Amino acid sequence: MLIFMVRRFGTMVLTMVVVSLLLFLLLEINIGSVAIKVLGPYSSEEQRNIWLEANGYFEPFYIRYFSWLGNFITGDFGDSIRFKVPVGEILWPRLANTGILGLATMLVVIPLSLVLGVLAGMKEGSNLDRGISVGSIVTTSIPEFASAPLLSAIFVFYLDWLPGTSSMASGFSLVQLVLPAMVLVLYDFGYVTRMTRASMAEVMMTHYIRTAVLKGLPYKTVITRHALRNALIAPFTVIMLQINWLLSGVIVVEFFFAYKGFGALLLEASLTKDIFMIEACAMVAVFVAVATQTIADVGYTYLNPRIRFA
Amino acid sequence: MTDIAAGVQRRESRIVRTLKGLALIRESVVGMIGLALVLFWVAMAAFANQIAPFPPNATLYPLAAPGEFVEGMGTFWLGTDHIGRDILSRIIHGSRQVLLYAPLATLCAYLVGIPMGLAAGYRRGATDGVLSFISNVILSFPVLVLYIIIIATIGASGANIVVAVTFASAPGIFRIVRGLVLDLRNREYVFAAETRGETPWRIMLVEILPNARGPLIVDACLRLGYVIITIGVLGFLGLGLPPPDPDWGGMINETRQMAMSFPHMTVFPGIAISSLVLGFNLLADGLREVSLRD
Repeated sequence: MLIFMVRRFGTMVLTMVVVSLLLFLLLEINIGSVAIKVLGPYSSEEQRNIWLEANGYFEPFYIRYFSWLGNFITGDFGDSIRFKVPVGEILWPRLANTGILGLATMLVVIPLSLVLGVLAGMKEGSNLDRGISVGSIVTTSIPEFASAPLLSAIFVFYLDWLPGTSSMASGFSLVQLVLPAMVLVLYDFGYVTRMTRASMAEVMMTHYIRTAVLKGLPYKTVITRHALRNALIAPFTVIMLQINWLLSGVIVVEFFFAYKGFGALLLEASLTKDIFMIEACAMVAVFVAVATQTIADVGYTYLNPRIRFA
Repeated sequence: MTDIAAGVQRRESRIVRTLKGLALIRESVVGMIGLALVLFWVAMAAFANQIAPFPPNATLYPLAAPGEFVEGMGTFWLGTDHIGRDILSRIIHGSRQVLLYAPLATLCAYLVGIPMGLAAGYRRGATDGVLSFISNVILSFPVLVLYIIIIATIGASGANIVVAVTFASAPGIFRIVRGLVLDLRNREYVFAAETRGETPWRIMLVEILPNARGPLIVDACLRLGYVIITIGVLGFLGLGLPPPDPDWGGMINETRQMAMSFPHMTVFPGIAISSLVLGFNLLADGLREVSLRD
């Protein structure tokens, strides 16, 4: 178990290093374009050269990469070109906002999809199962950028129950969080439901469940004591991996509802070619994704006794 | 004796058998609904010029409500947008963009992913180690982050969207193919081919790949739906195909500022894209259902 965890953690670090090298290659291999992005298209050749010299861009590539990586690890991401302040000052509050949105979404998605998945998987092929399965296909077919206008048409335009933007200009507001979270829940819960259903249906076919039913245990006990314990291991992994998808969905939702979060920041940085901001955002996004994958793997191993004691 | 000869003659080509297998979809209600949705949009794209009531980029009459009749022009069944273009016509013409680029990009991703998966699954060892690590690195990016960085770096155009989708989807296809090959490579017909002395690539392409086609066809349907969403998202974020030609994501992007006061401008393109994606998802579900039946 310990060796497994060490190896898994090593893979995670290696992945991060390779990703950082890829990003650095993609964004900073051409130092002329870095200077243009930082100083603007109307800067003179002389200005650019002086700036490049002062910032060590004439050093060999590998020295630049390692000093960049060193700064990165110590939390120095450079200055944002657009905001003219250190990237961290903008990034961390935005990340916290996205964290709130993601947490709110997960708090709804997890119980909802587990309950629906278990209900559907308990009796495979029943009307309830067909209904839940088709329903979850339909909701996962509606991309966030289609459901966001649709839900705002209903709840903002026709019913006038909720505010149409979520910029939170006058402090945190729970009401403004409802629509963005609803859009994310609608798109995400279907997949987790289907995975839970598949896992539950598989467990219900096993011999020990049949034994439990045949020895006369009440159906409720069979489900809660025997089936659920094994059926909920797989959804744990799916839910952890869902965080990776959530990071994509968050970009669309934050853009549509003008929510001041991390996804919108990444998009703005890409559109305005704010390269140090792009680097920091991309690294943070990949870190979150890789870390959740690692937790999913380690957690799955821990939860599954067949692997844990092997 | 004659029975065996007749049996040999009756054995149809692989393509015919695959098509017959796919025709089983008619036994799945869900699958047929999916197929109908997909064919509906294919017909729309094929006959866009005949079906669309107005030219897609013509400025006609701004801010018409859905179903509004304008003297001398006709009825705008789904209304018009802020600069007066007919939304129904733009949606019908927009299906062309989606149904051109999504299959093209998916095909390219398969052309890259399949050989990688075959090589990794068949040769294993170092080939597998290197290819798996590369695909794990790419898959560790949240997909949309990867798309945004690629498109923001190489620019937004149809060809670049195909490149970005190929780059981001090939690792997923690689994984599926690799898994299938790891299973199939221990079958007897593969050993037989090896004993006959056939070359590795011939074994991979002629012996293994055709036997992996079932799960790959289902995956292709799901992936097409997902690529359609991706192209739509890029259009919605302003990183898609350049205007003025309509694409569904771009239509929502252009009018999203007015989404709260004129919902018809954003809701109808959203329904269009959702129905096409739903078509592919239901088709995949139906195909999986009929393929698991026997």
